Amino acid sequence: MKSEIRDRGDVRIIILSGKITIGAGDVKIRELIDQALADGKKYILLDLAGVSTIDSSGIGEMVACYTTVTKQGGQLKLLRLSPKINDILQVTQLITVFDVFDDEAEAIASFI
Amino acid sequence: MTTKPRTTIDAGHQPPLVYSRTEMTSQSLHAHLVLASRFENIEVAERALRDLCGEIGCDGDDLYWVVTALREALANAVRHGNRSEPERKVLVDYTVDPATVTIQVEDEGNGFDPANIPDPTDPENLLRPSGRGIFYMQQFMNQVEFGEAPSGGTTVKMVKQLQPNTKESEE
Repeated sequence: MKSEIRDRGDVRIIILSGKITIGAGDVKIRELIDQALADGKKYILLDLAGVSTIDSSGIGEMVACYTTVTKQGGQLKLLRLSPKINDILQVTQLITVFDVFDDEAEAIASFI
Repeated sequence: MTTKPRTTIDAGHQPPLVYSRTEMTSQSLHAHLVLASRFENIEVAERALRDLCGEIGCDGDDLYWVVTALREALANAVRHGNRSEPERKVLVDYTVDPATVTIQVEDEGNGFDPANIPDPTDPENLLRPSGRGIFYMQQFMNQVEFGEAPSGGTTVKMVKQLQPNTKESEE
């Protein structure tokens, strides 16, 4: 998994690509979220457009991060799901947990 | 029936301890792998399955979901079954033909009761960080059966009925 970070005002945008899977990407997500919180960025947007695969460990880590960020008074939202990732969020019913956006500007505005 | 070992599936990872492939008929292929219990070997097993599926024309959505289910079964075998102890082995068997993909994964752990796995889509479980692996398998395969291996570990057999027009499916 690869990642890129951009900040837009108070919002940390984390652009992920590749596989978010056990023993690799799942750990990396945790590190990126911890870093955002350490940097004082509590509004976090995960851009998943380039993510090809997310296994149950990757989904589990995303859920754990959602809980961590929420408990610290922040918000974790998702941007640009590929059709397969959308399918996975649908069948796991996590689509009801996460706020999901297709447009970055709209997503950023939603944090305010 | 012919058996020919292949080495092309090593994608820079530690190669499988055993890899053999059998052509049951021109339309039915079988492969057997023995892997050390390391997460990176999931990539090796995925490569082997993709090789076989490619030869029988399974691609697109079917291939994506079969690989997804395989990865969950292997992750469970390595982490929950074999407790990530590399000396414990994971045995993998694939049988593929134009109509079905059958995957069997066996670990050397202490076994478990799949009935004890809570429903991850129950509202009270939605925010749990784990417990979705078997659910993934059940969602993306047509048949998932658990059993006890001769070693006392767990076997999981998964079957996927392939779509006739799989080549035209959206990736």
